[in-house]
Amino acid sequence: MYRYDEFDHAFVADRVAQFRDQVTRRLSGELAEDAFKPLRLMNGVYLQLHAYMLRVAIPYGTLNSNQMRMLAHIARKYDRGYGHFTTRQNIQYNWPKLSDTPDILADLASVEMHAIQTSGNCIRNVTADHFAGAAADEAADPRPYAEILRQWSSVHPEFSFLPRKFKIAVTGAERDRAAIQVHDIGLHLKKNDKGEIGFAVYVGGGQGRTPMIAKKIRDFLPEEDLLSYTTAIMRVYNLHGRRDNKYKARIKILVHETGVEQLAGQVEQEFLQLKNTELKLPEADIQAITEYFSPPPLTDRPEGWANLAGWKKADPEFGRWVQQNVQPHKHPDYGMVTVSLKPIGGIPGDASDSQMDAIADLAQEYAFDEIRISHEQNIILPHVALADLEALYRGLVSIGLATANAGLITDIIACPGLDYCALANARSIPLSQEISSRFGDPDRQAEIGELKIKISGCINACGHHHVGHIGLLGVEKKGAELYQITLGGSGDENTSIGEIIGRGFEPEKVTDAIETIVNTYLSLRTDPSEIFLAAYRRVGPQPFKDALYGGNAQEAA
Amino acid sequence: MADKVLTANRLSDGISVWLDASGNWVESLQDAFVARHAEAVTALEATGKAAFADNKVVDVNVIDIEEVEGVLRPLRMRERVRAEGPTIDYAPGYKGLTGPVHAA
Repeated sequence: MYRYDEFDHAFVADRVAQFRDQVTRRLSGELAEDAFKPLRLMNGVYLQLHAYMLRVAIPYGTLNSNQMRMLAHIARKYDRGYGHFTTRQNIQYNWPKLSDTPDILADLASVEMHAIQTSGNCIRNVTADHFAGAAADEAADPRPYAEILRQWSSVHPEFSFLPRKFKIAVTGAERDRAAIQVHDIGLHLKKNDKGEIGFAVYVGGGQGRTPMIAKKIRDFLPEEDLLSYTTAIMRVYNLHGRRDNKYKARIKILVHETGVEQLAGQVEQEFLQLKNTELKLPEADIQAITEYFSPPPLTDRPEGWANLAGWKKADPEFGRWVQQNVQPHKHPDYGMVTVSLKPIGGIPGDASDSQMDAIADLAQEYAFDEIRISHEQNIILPHVALADLEALYRGLVSIGLATANAGLITDIIACPGLDYCALANARSIPLSQEISSRFGDPDRQAEIGELKIKISGCINACGHHHVGHIGLLGVEKKGAELYQITLGGSGDENTSIGEIIGRGFEPEKVTDAIETIVNTYLSLRTDPSEIFLAAYRRVGPQPFKDALYGGNAQEAA
Repeated sequence: MADKVLTANRLSDGISVWLDASGNWVESLQDAFVARHAEAVTALEATGKAAFADNKVVDVNVIDIEEVEGVLRPLRMRERVRAEGPTIDYAPGYKGLTGPVHAA
């Protein structure tokens, strides 16, 4: 993974010192809140319902054991013993004291981490496929390009005060696990017929109150043009993006209002000015960054195959976990392991300090010291020898993180919701816990198959409800919570925005409604290989409306 | 007019607080001073502005409440959650740094 150079260390250290001074002046009253608020936000410090919240960047979701141990240390020393991994591959702490935040940032800096640009109208943490560098279906590792973008965008003077926040995602595989089509810029790293590396470029995707699927404006952008082309997009957005209305300020609105052809033309025109300038990426620089992401020394471990068969036979629970949470690696003797942060009835994305410490130990012992955070709020160990799976599994069982549910109905994404978030209108977590408990039986989950439920506590859609196969959006109606259900959303290479199925449900009725939807699906699928999303796309909303609302056309409208 | 209390978050640690009858910021809504008429609300608002300007608290708001059998209850769900804390068992077993090793 990328390691800080002297410049990086000095830059982050300076930033910590600067923020320490700002916090000191704020606490002494020298700085007023109006002056301080933008400064704390630039350093990831929000004010939520019950306390401050610190959002720490995990660049493209990649970290090592040492960094994970520091995240555990921060949870233990400065917070209440846990952290929350988010849909942007970051971690949030819900209870830090403002007075402690400079020390927290100093601790983070000691392991080459920070919280810069985790808030504000700037380019946020660049996200990537959580299986990057390990997936069998990958054309190239997207992380070197995510890192190049990270370096380029960090405190970029021209793009630090954009009309609105800006999110970039990169994938290197045909199977999109980074949800690139619901990002401001989505980059699909690929090879052309000549074997050259480049990107399909998508622009103007996003969720929130106006969900939109990104439009492809380039089929193949040569890798050397990555920064010049991205700069061209940013310049067009910075110049023409709306600043009169916060809710219409994202680039998706600009793309929509301008028209994709005209906008693409503006980008190309700007690009002509920038191509072959200092923004052109030298091959040597790409190589230098790529070397940081060299795969670990994956020696052949063929004994794993025979061992695995025996272990599965001896322990069906282990077999179920392998089946669900281990994906094929590009090296046949290895697997990519999803450590589910979705225990049945638990809080999606939460991990205690002791769990984080234990994951760090396991990663060091069995996974070449590499850890990822997925946008689905799970932890990934991307390189584990099949021969080590059983030992790893035992370790995960001992810390309560061996739930065999990756991709199943209980692998629910949920934002913090009204339990923590100052923007939320309704709670997300209790709902996810109830649904998880209702469907927790392993056999039932297996029967239902792949089904992604995503829950947001407000229209800002941090819980990605628009792209949930089943999406739940919490709203406040007459002082009480109400949940709108959408069906048919998807955040993969065939991205779709879910459709509202009808009138909303009170909290105590939501899980029953989910059950009705699931039972309807089970009754109409052609066979078990037809997953919920495929069945919904085949039959449309009507059978589900009928099941939920009977003949009441008004409610199902 | 609904009864009202003054709430904010403490500057130093962000913890939710309410203004009591002695002018102190306390961590329990139940200890808050309740304004039951317009003049009292005006006084609350003035106190809130002064406390904000004095850098003691941030995000100062007057909120609507009702009193049910002696218990103060905010009318809005958001404020009820603020007053009572997360509705979930968010840190099971956690007893702070000085407590026993907490459960995973």
